[in-house]
Amino acid sequence: MHNADFMALLPLMVLSAACAAVMLLIAARRHHGLTLVLTLAGLAATLAVMPEAGRWMPIRITALLTLDTFALFFIALIVLATMATALLGYAYFDAWGGHREEFYLLLLIAALGACVLSMSRHFAAFFIGLEILSIALYALIAYPRRRAASVEAGIKYLVLAAGSAGFLLFGMALLYADRGTLDFSALAAGLSTPGQDRPLLLLAGLALLMVGVGFKLALVPFHMWTADVYQGAPAPVTAFVATASKSAMVALLVRLLAPLDFNTAPELFDILAALAAASMVGGNLLALRQQSVKRILAYSSIAHLGYVLVAILAAGPAFVPAVMFYMAAYTLAQLGSFGVIAMHSTAETEADSLERFRGLFHQRPWMAAVLTAMLLSLAGIPLTAGFIGKFYVILAGTQGRLWWLIITLVLTSGIGLFYYLRIIVTLFSPAQAPRTTPTAAGPAAFSGAAVLTVTTILLVWLGALPESLVRLLQHVTP
Amino acid sequence: MILIALIAIPLAGGVLAALLGRHHPGAARWTALAALGLDLILALAGLLPALTRPPQAGPWLIDLGLPWIPSLGIGFHLAADGLSVVLILLTLFLGIVAVACSWREIGERTGFFFFNLMWVLAGILGVFTALDLFLFYFFWELMMVPMFFLIILWGHENRIYAAIKFFLFTQIAGLLMLAAIIGLYFVHGRATGVYTFDYPALLGTRMPAGLGMALMLGFFVAFAVKLPAFPVHVWLPDAHTEAPTAGSVVLAGLLLKTGAYGLLRFVLPLFPEAARAFAPVAMTLAVAGILYGALLAFSQTDLKRLVAYTSVSHMGFVMLAVFAWNEMALQGALIQIICHGLSTGALFVIVGMLQERLHTRDLRRMGALWNQAPRLGGFAMLFALASLGLPGLGNFVGEFLILIGVFPQAPILTILAAAGLVAASIYSLWIVQQAFHGTAREQWRIRDLSGRETAILGVLTAAIVWLGVYPQPVIETARPALAHLRQAPDGAPAPAPEPVAVSGRQGEIDAQR
Repeated sequence: MHNADFMALLPLMVLSAACAAVMLLIAARRHHGLTLVLTLAGLAATLAVMPEAGRWMPIRITALLTLDTFALFFIALIVLATMATALLGYAYFDAWGGHREEFYLLLLIAALGACVLSMSRHFAAFFIGLEILSIALYALIAYPRRRAASVEAGIKYLVLAAGSAGFLLFGMALLYADRGTLDFSALAAGLSTPGQDRPLLLLAGLALLMVGVGFKLALVPFHMWTADVYQGAPAPVTAFVATASKSAMVALLVRLLAPLDFNTAPELFDILAALAAASMVGGNLLALRQQSVKRILAYSSIAHLGYVLVAILAAGPAFVPAVMFYMAAYTLAQLGSFGVIAMHSTAETEADSLERFRGLFHQRPWMAAVLTAMLLSLAGIPLTAGFIGKFYVILAGTQGRLWWLIITLVLTSGIGLFYYLRIIVTLFSPAQAPRTTPTAAGPAAFSGAAVLTVTTILLVWLGALPESLVRLLQHVTP
Repeated sequence: MILIALIAIPLAGGVLAALLGRHHPGAARWTALAALGLDLILALAGLLPALTRPPQAGPWLIDLGLPWIPSLGIGFHLAADGLSVVLILLTLFLGIVAVACSWREIGERTGFFFFNLMWVLAGILGVFTALDLFLFYFFWELMMVPMFFLIILWGHENRIYAAIKFFLFTQIAGLLMLAAIIGLYFVHGRATGVYTFDYPALLGTRMPAGLGMALMLGFFVAFAVKLPAFPVHVWLPDAHTEAPTAGSVVLAGLLLKTGAYGLLRFVLPLFPEAARAFAPVAMTLAVAGILYGALLAFSQTDLKRLVAYTSVSHMGFVMLAVFAWNEMALQGALIQIICHGLSTGALFVIVGMLQERLHTRDLRRMGALWNQAPRLGGFAMLFALASLGLPGLGNFVGEFLILIGVFPQAPILTILAAAGLVAASIYSLWIVQQAFHGTAREQWRIRDLSGRETAILGVLTAAIVWLGVYPQPVIETARPALAHLRQAPDGAPAPAPEPVAVSGRQGEIDAQR
């Protein structure tokens, strides 16, 4: 380890320090607001040291990690999503009777795991990052532990994530047995051997790896847990699962696959193409008839990961920026959508049924407008970031000449439009009966409103003037 | 800058109307009217002088290019030629009509209504002026969302079904166009090394026939859905019927025209060979639309639905003319575009007025309304006659030019299309007969037109009569633009033989026949 290594590791170190500080604070004094402030300060400090760390990039830090623009972008995305989650959590748990403070500690740990994932270039780091993230998520999902749905979701996630971790580990073991190293580059080197000499162990290992990754990204047919976990988890945690956790996994997948040449690995291409098509079709179809907004968004996130996979498969020059832009747009829209849901929920009652939002426009027009903007972004309508993201993905796909996947994408996102419109229609329909909305007061209401305002502004800004971000991402390589 | 101002004024006016409308509905109305009035004055003052430019200075009267997303070759490129100018003026004119006719109809959430109306109009203005394909697609999609809200919030009984159907049809077709746009971008980029979405640069891109056909179809489907062409017209009757009056006026008068404009501006100039190969199919679909639309119109009992189906029939003429692609047919198409906008817009306004009085659109319950509302009946008669193509009114000029222009290229299709005119006479007179003449089937007590309503219909009447007797200014305005569109890009074979173009006072003579 050199001086430069330590400098490049600053974001992770600050984040770890923030975890420790929050833990000590909780031990010393339980105070909801203070914990939130310290959490936000730790996350802000992580952002603040990023330019300093950036001065040393690109750099390999030991055999395990790497820091480059790609990693830095995803770290920033994860940290910002975590900040938003923390603020939403404050509003959500404000009136709750249980221990509220550990939520932030778990959140920071999960963020740390996600950041490690996006920096890893070695299967050991991959697994460590994944476990840090997952273990924190088990607890986060089941955080309101007296609510049956949450505990059920937590257990479900625990069992399935542990199972998928088994697949991952076995895959890694097979890879190691074949190549004798756990570095990501071994994969590309192994696959570049042409034709019959292709080692079977390597292919088997790769297949198992893809199962594990597919579980984490909730690609069809590994998507069964998604809807239940999204629905059962507290809304802010759902936001985190949908954004930070998915982003980290996408970053990892890109880093794993980017060095590969799909021409030398047609089997891998076919498997991934099938997963992408199945996710786009399955996700969108399953979302059609759901009665819960959270379940609709869960299935829609499956479809969105399918779109991202199309860009990854395109593997042309536009693919990395397309994936990064798409994840940024997707993260914003998901945070905003779950933010609105969180603002209508408390730790006791989750507002997730579609009926719960009927006529929202007439009672809280701004809230309905924000949710509408988020849904239009997810549907890819202009003036929102989602439109540019979808455009970028189609651009990348066309560049890679993936005609069938592009046509699938176009048709399935047409299906997708239907359920986004269904939510929007409900928002704008006449309200059936006036009802009491749990309205947080004081700082809690402010924290939620701040998140929604910022995400909406960013969403529209990226949709109308995307040049700054596009230029930033244009030449990034993982 | 004037083009940016033209689009920005309705956008800003919409926001202002939404803010004011929360407490003062009246203020929202006046804001919308003032913004559109200002826009119309600006368009007249800024665009008409540009028409006098010498023709050798290039096709674009006003041309504005700003960088937008240069990293991807996307520019904020707006430009107007004669064709755009005519359509911009039509948009603003019908926009004002739409505001005026919803003056009393819209009682709730007035501010938000005018916000949506203004944003639809801004999107349409953008579509008519965008010269960057990405920007065009941006506006193309942008105008759909407020239209969706207009239908869903202020529509009639079955509005949710209609709005979702409308949105899904146009959106999926639009995404196919987006894929085709990106495909064209790469074809051009790989051939020249310049990756751009700029329309003038993309003109004349050479490509293999199969690819050209695939990309052309991507564009064609999007425009055919919007036009609407048979058999993708099925969203239209529902959307038109369920929309509030202003929504129907904008849909029929303007939104359908964006489809025709897209065919004119993009499909044929960008893919001349593929479009020529596809022309027989497109023209057959057009004639099928003309006859099928007329037939279905006649069998409707819902007056608004009837008028909606006539749009399918009338816009079939436009598609027929566009794919004939000779000067006379294109001039006819332009006149038809404008006159259909005016006459169908007026018919929707009349239906809206009837519905406001009777609370029904069912033709079977009307009858003998002329006795009580002679002025309304008179206007209805006039626009029904315009719709059937009576000489002296604008639609006649358009349909006549189209039929003459198309005949040398496709005589049989022209004869069939002419049969559509006969059907048009039947359903148009049917409207008047059923609603205003005959025996009174129920005892209605209705009042005749108010001053505001008379003014709306009077202005529309003046416009359609003017186009009927003296369409030459419009033809002259758009002639260089249409001629430029038809200029075969380098390398393409010369177009098929065509009849002599209308020149001088021919249009007037046509009208007198």
